[in-house]
Amino acid sequence: MRITIKTIIAALMYLLATQATAYADLADAAKGLLSKSYNEKIAATEAIAATGDAQAALLLETLLSGDLYATKSDDRLVYREKTGGGYQIRDIVTDEDLGVVKSGDIIKIRINNRMRGLIKDLLGRLTLLNEDPALRLKAANSVFKSRPKEMIVPLTDALAAEEDASVAAAMRRALAALNFVHGDTTEVQADALLILEEQANPDVRSLLSAEANRLAAIQDPSPEIQVLATAVSKALAKVEEKLEMLGLVENVFQGISLGSVLLLAAIGLAITFGVMGVINMAHGEMVMIGAYTTYVVQELCRNFAPDLLVYSLIAAIPAAFIVAGLCGIAIERSIIRFLYGRPLETLLATWGLSLILQQFVRTIFGPTNKEVSSPEWLSGAWEITGGLALTYNRIAIILFAAAVLFMLMLVLRKTSFGLQMRAVTQNRKMAASMGIRTGWVDAMTFGLGSGVAGMAGVALSQIDNVSPNLGQAYIVDSFMVVVFGGVGNLWGTLVGALSLGVTNKFLEPYTGAVLAKICILIFIILFIQKRPRGLFALKGRAVEN
Amino acid sequence: MADAMYKTNKGPFVSLMTGLPGGGKTFLGILLVAALLVPLSNLLLPASSPFHVPTYLVSLMGKYVCFALLALSVDLIWGFAGILSLGHGAFFALGGYSMGMYLMRQIGDRGVYGHPILPDFMVFLNWTELPWYWYGFDMFPFAILMVMLVPGVLAFVFGWFAFRSRVTGVYLSIITQAMTYALLLAFFRNDMGFGGNNGLTDFKDILGFDLQATGTRLGLFVASLIALALGYLVCCFITQSKLGRVLIAIRDAESRTRFSGYRVEYYKLFVFVVSAVLAGIAGALYVPQVGIINPSEFSPANSIEVVIWVAVGGRGTLWGAVLGAFLVNWGKSYFTGSFPEAWLYMLGGLFVFTTLFLPKGIVGTSGTWIEKFKERRRGSPELAPAAAVKEE
Repeated sequence: MRITIKTIIAALMYLLATQATAYADLADAAKGLLSKSYNEKIAATEAIAATGDAQAALLLETLLSGDLYATKSDDRLVYREKTGGGYQIRDIVTDEDLGVVKSGDIIKIRINNRMRGLIKDLLGRLTLLNEDPALRLKAANSVFKSRPKEMIVPLTDALAAEEDASVAAAMRRALAALNFVHGDTTEVQADALLILEEQANPDVRSLLSAEANRLAAIQDPSPEIQVLATAVSKALAKVEEKLEMLGLVENVFQGISLGSVLLLAAIGLAITFGVMGVINMAHGEMVMIGAYTTYVVQELCRNFAPDLLVYSLIAAIPAAFIVAGLCGIAIERSIIRFLYGRPLETLLATWGLSLILQQFVRTIFGPTNKEVSSPEWLSGAWEITGGLALTYNRIAIILFAAAVLFMLMLVLRKTSFGLQMRAVTQNRKMAASMGIRTGWVDAMTFGLGSGVAGMAGVALSQIDNVSPNLGQAYIVDSFMVVVFGGVGNLWGTLVGALSLGVTNKFLEPYTGAVLAKICILIFIILFIQKRPRGLFALKGRAVEN
Repeated sequence: MADAMYKTNKGPFVSLMTGLPGGGKTFLGILLVAALLVPLSNLLLPASSPFHVPTYLVSLMGKYVCFALLALSVDLIWGFAGILSLGHGAFFALGGYSMGMYLMRQIGDRGVYGHPILPDFMVFLNWTELPWYWYGFDMFPFAILMVMLVPGVLAFVFGWFAFRSRVTGVYLSIITQAMTYALLLAFFRNDMGFGGNNGLTDFKDILGFDLQATGTRLGLFVASLIALALGYLVCCFITQSKLGRVLIAIRDAESRTRFSGYRVEYYKLFVFVVSAVLAGIAGALYVPQVGIINPSEFSPANSIEVVIWVAVGGRGTLWGAVLGAFLVNWGKSYFTGSFPEAWLYMLGGLFVFTTLFLPKGIVGTSGTWIEKFKERRRGSPELAPAAAVKEE
């Protein structure tokens, strides 16, 4: 392996130096792949990489994925596509169309695990000069991980030519690691350390700690090595400190992300439970309806407007709000309004309703999970440094939750409907005497709460399974959030959701996910004993009843 | 109705002996008849006879009787003290687990792995010795003590905190739900030592009697009926005593009762613990008859379902709760067998219908109709309320 890498690297360097002249024949190099001996195949693979041909990477990738074939008649390397009568084959080097053949006419080029590892390595280095910055970044990271000495020169060259800042940073890190590991003098190593200690990366940590252990094990160290050892341990401490910070940041992010999911699920409940004093056990089902609305909108888009499919998620937000909101108004007008002042009965009736809604959805859509795909602009992650990556869909949910909270605040504070709603909350009779149609306000409030739950369903469809039981999973949690934060107070809901989410994520590494949740539940049960009305309790007589 | 129930004023014992509240004697009579007739018909009548009760039906009814006892325990606190517990399934399950642990120890070396002491699931998890909390469960009296003690202590601790800090109404309902949810999650964990999500099962015998034998099943059925009858008498005793009347006062006007000088929290705590113990006993009788106990018994949905049994039968009527438990569970068995799709619609509809149209349940509503009917026969409806006042 050692020798093979050296060979390739040498070839690569040669290639870098004299790119134009060293244009070896790719097809010739690839001939060796037809051999039965794996050693010859390996030699051929190296030769292919050494050509540096534009097709080389493609050839290696095809080989790696097991899609490379040879024709039996004239030993040409081809890839195939299935057609009606057999396989359409094309030459891998020239891309020439060779017509349709039967599956017996071509033979697969087999590779073993040793070749697989080698090909991956080769591909990593071939792409260091690729046009696509993402691929260059990947290549730099692969060099950083394997750290072959021979890469120092090509990497230095590539770094000099690099224009993209993030790729350059990755290359600099990789180069520093190379210099640190293979550096001839302690000065070179010390310089490399200066760069490495700025990196918050688990791989840097393992590299440094391995080196620190090695240096510590040396008998009778020379003063130079002693200096180096202290520098290494200092750098290691620095990296570890940074990593710890990153871990903290990641935990907070995860916690906030979980918190915003809880916030989304609970905020509608905070309105119906908090403002109206209605225990809506069917709240989770409003979330579920929202998620199913997302699914339906997506399917409609797929069938009638495939171009707009990427935006179906955005279209689903108002749709879910309206559908769930209308459901909410219907529920309020048909059931809940007869049960005002009897909270326990409301609880039972809405529970029954939730069973009906679940079964209804199960009857229509079937009991299996429905697939709501994430649009492309939500996939992927924002990589801040090596140790920390924040996925876009989580970020989107946090932003979405914030936006929903803000809108809701706006509605409650700045609109006349919000004013009427608050008036009814504080003193129903007085509000009625002032000419507010309390029945209408009740229905609208319930619709608003349900609609917000529906929007939560849009967000949850991105991170959870869309199934008839979706709402059940969140109902206990949302009640906990509302009760913990204090009823009738959106700030309380916000603080409650975020603190429960963050606490949960901080407990998880020590206790495991399930025990963390149990701890949270016990904590809330104890907390309610101390503050029966939650963190932010409304004061006044209206609350007492 | 309340006036009719408490017309005697001779102290709880006398009133319990002389006049059980509305239909109580009939109810106990029915239980007695069932306890006599069902075993007789099962044992004596030939299987071809239309009056023969097959053994599977005995176990099924035994299960219903356990549910009825659970419903009774919920009615005691909800109907008479206004405490809506959405976590009573937890006490039921804890009683069931205590009994299940005894039954597991009784298996001895007859398990799949043949370990003389460790239950199968522990051998499977590579445990080498019995956890300390499994000690003593090989003794039946100890297990029975735990059946009552574990739910009782949990209820005491939980109630102590909750009632002392005046957590009432829906808040209490929600935290009882949180309690059973936390227990559900906890019992799902394998390292809790209660068999994880498979729970405890494969029981062989109880007190040396084979659990599959018809005689044992009949014995368990009769034992459940006796437990239900005793539970009913205990509930009557409590609700008819002075304590019971304080409880009703608490249900109807908690603050006023407190201002009258009663330590509301102690009354509630007492009745909550009694109710939890009853639920635990119900669970303990349930487990040998169905042959399994697993964490799903803790699920909040189960506990809410118990409440609907009580609501359907009639809250605060005791035997109405029993009736409700029988009706709903019979409906469940029937519909899940014949129309599995429809059952959840039925159950959900039942919740909505009962709360909207039958707020007093079957017993309460029919009671009201009968009262009205009697008044009409007496002739002058205006006089009737006045007469009621005089009686008091």
